Amino acid sequence: MTEILVIAEQRRGELVAASLECIAAAVELKESGGQSVAVCIIAQTPESFVTSLSVAGVDEIVTIRSEQAEFQSDVFESTLLALIEQRQPALVLAPHSIDAWSYAPVLANKGGFGYSSDVFGIRYEGDELIATRAAYAEKVHVDVDFPGRDTVLLTVRGNTFKPIEASASPQQSSFEVSSVTPRSSHESYIEPESGGEVDITQAEYMLSIGRGIAEEDNVEQFAELAETMDFTLGCSRPIADNGWLPKFRQVGQSGKTVSSCSVYLALGISGSVQHMAGMKHVPNIIAVNTDPEASIFSIARYGVVADIFDIADELQNHFE
Amino acid sequence: MKILVPVKQVSVLDEDFELRDDGRDVDPDYLEHELNEWDDYSWEEALRLHEEYGDDVEIIPLTIGPQETEEGIRKCLAKGGERGIRVWDDAMEGSDPMAISRVIARVAEREQVDMVFAGTLASDHGFAQTGVSVASHLGWPQVAVVSKLDCQPGSSSVQVQRELEGGLEEVLTVQCPAVLTIQLGINEPRYASLRGIKQARAKPVEELSHSDLGLSDEDVGEAGSASRVRRMYVPEKGQAELIEGTLAEQGARVAEIIKELQGEA
Repeated sequence: MTEILVIAEQRRGELVAASLECIAAAVELKESGGQSVAVCIIAQTPESFVTSLSVAGVDEIVTIRSEQAEFQSDVFESTLLALIEQRQPALVLAPHSIDAWSYAPVLANKGGFGYSSDVFGIRYEGDELIATRAAYAEKVHVDVDFPGRDTVLLTVRGNTFKPIEASASPQQSSFEVSSVTPRSSHESYIEPESGGEVDITQAEYMLSIGRGIAEEDNVEQFAELAETMDFTLGCSRPIADNGWLPKFRQVGQSGKTVSSCSVYLALGISGSVQHMAGMKHVPNIIAVNTDPEASIFSIARYGVVADIFDIADELQNHFE
Repeated sequence: MKILVPVKQVSVLDEDFELRDDGRDVDPDYLEHELNEWDDYSWEEALRLHEEYGDDVEIIPLTIGPQETEEGIRKCLAKGGERGIRVWDDAMEGSDPMAISRVIARVAEREQVDMVFAGTLASDHGFAQTGVSVASHLGWPQVAVVSKLDCQPGSSSVQVQRELEGGLEEVLTVQCPAVLTIQLGINEPRYASLRGIKQARAKPVEELSHSDLGLSDEDVGEAGSASRVRRMYVPEKGQAELIEGTLAEQGARVAEIIKELQGEA
């Protein structure tokens, strides 16, 4: 029986939630194809993650004890390579996380594996594995295959597969971490800048601005509108990178996920993958953009193709 | 210190487009090209070091692609640097990031560079594979998603910050030579001057093929790739309910929807 191996990740002692989504993807494939599912985790105290990883459908959990508390790419690359070479899984799934952006390409190269990244669809057609990803600003989807590869490594897009809630009692085993000399060393973490009273992860109503505002001087108009509407002001990456709004207002992969939001008014945001990662779950997205082809319209509930300044003026009148 | 900066002319889709006859990519007639946004930042990072340390730091932009992608190299050279490199031949058609990175690594070896600054990802396909993969071909350490960099020529290590999820940053020290993939926002890329643009036209761009770099046909193109495109298609997508009418009507309707939604909550 072939195996699907899931690489679970942790950071600072907390399981990376996307690990459970990868397990869900593996279990879904197992149900259609009959493979077994093994999950490995590298940590200082890997046993502490066994309970959360003991998800229905998982057959085995492989704990790998590392002396390094923090992610270190050399340790991950060589340990995972040794593990994959020993177990010969047909498929390896990892979160499309920042850590995986470091170890996955190296792993794929060294192992000579089939490889694709940021995939959100995985299926077998007969014996052939096919993964689906997006291209050209999400406007097209691409099915890729991996001719002649015995093992394929895929990193899985977040918020695609729903974690399985039911638990089980999988087998446990351990694996030895590789003794490599790390070529990089962790110095410290820099915590995200605190917004004081403003915590966009707690906001129910958000008004978010993007590149469409064009100039720093225009921020004020939207800040006023947000205040009038009693919405919390957020932004996409370019606005924070330019220093027009503080980083704690940034929505997206490298910013915050607006987990409590029910209404999200997106003004002049075209909708990059990274931005949408932080808000696509919001049930009521209202997007205003001059570009009718903007990706944001494919996830919004309501769309307005119009100038954001004009719409902002109108809204200002309605909420005053 | 010599820094190699691999850059990409990314493809941007026209509003309306058609797929190629084989259904594996968009018909090139419907693609526009521009320098990848991330590469503006990696090149700027190299330019700054070159300015700070003068002749002690040589910077070379490299692109992998047909003749028309030279535009990306010229755009870089318009801001600084003395020469560029472009690698392409027909056998390289269909190369994925793993094959492209093999070519970049060979150029890095040939030029005996000390560092590679790559963009974290490219906006057209968003793999986030190429830069890091170059490191594995070279046997160098790498750091992905670098948001701050403190690099001194001749130093045996460099201190960097990498951007993690949720706004968290990690400070780490990495041994040199190394590959760093550079994140947006690390600096403020400059604009090229008209004079710079003119001067760039005269700067040499060396053209190489994969065999010039000692690579075989199996190393590039689909044969050298870790995945193969089977089919490209336009997905069934959700589409927002469009609010139409005059501006006043649109504004009124949006306000009404928001008030209704707030009433529900």
